[in-house]
Amino acid sequence: MRAAVVVFPGSNCDRDMVEALRQSGADVAKVWHKDAELPTGLDLVAIPGGFSFGDYLRCGAIAAQSPICRAVVDHATRGGYVLGVCNGFQVLSETGLVPGALMRNSGLKFLCKTVGLTVETQDSAFTAGYSLGSEIQVPIAHHDGNYYATEDELRALEGEDRVAFRYSDNPNGSMSSIAGVLSANRRVLGMMPHPERAMDAQMGSADGQALFRALVEQTTLA
Amino acid sequence: MKAIVTVMLKNGVLDPQGEAVKSALGGLGFSGVNSVRQGKVIELDLAEGTDPAVIDEMCNRLLVNAVIESYQLDIT
Repeated sequence: MRAAVVVFPGSNCDRDMVEALRQSGADVAKVWHKDAELPTGLDLVAIPGGFSFGDYLRCGAIAAQSPICRAVVDHATRGGYVLGVCNGFQVLSETGLVPGALMRNSGLKFLCKTVGLTVETQDSAFTAGYSLGSEIQVPIAHHDGNYYATEDELRALEGEDRVAFRYSDNPNGSMSSIAGVLSANRRVLGMMPHPERAMDAQMGSADGQALFRALVEQTTLA
Repeated sequence: MKAIVTVMLKNGVLDPQGEAVKSALGGLGFSGVNSVRQGKVIELDLAEGTDPAVIDEMCNRLLVNAVIESYQLDIT
């Protein structure tokens, strides 16, 4: 499986993302935000966490207009896989690849802690490695993770089984406790928690492994 | 010419920052503050004769996230 990790000015989880993908068997390249093209033959593009462009204007808004993001949208439109974590989720929501928006946490505080997530669907390459309804432990680290979507968008997400993860104990005011959502074709996942920070028991949790392993396995078979 | 874009969260979208400001005003002893909404103002210095439709396009493509925000455009 061939993957690329996008790096913006202000990305700070790119190295962890590369490491998590490599440990899971992917062949990983980094791409810079000014690149207008992705490497050929890619299966997955991962957009890591951080503070792209200093969170200016809105989190992810400037990054979503960068040259590489146009290539990422094309990749997704062709049916390619895209994973956006934390700031990556904010970027994906700003490109429109996943619905909704991420607003300031309802408690106004930056939250940095490990939280419980319920796996809401197995029907995606990202979540096929988990049991339905199981609770996994994954860290969050964000100031703007309060998921908002319109009524129509929420109805579509729920009706089409596109909520990937929900918080067991809603930390940030997200609608319907949503922590991660899938695109209509189920090949784009945006999530606020950091599975790449849960790759080893020594990191506090190894529950992120199943996401990357399933993703590499499914996309390699495809 | 100048264009002032006032961006506000849409009605019905919870504004936690506005709520915090309201609570702080209450803490200072100001009574009768029914609600506070916080937004932002973006000032654009533009070439004379810029088509307002182009400014709307700037708002829709970058300056405003239509999922959660609405805007008002004032051209001077």
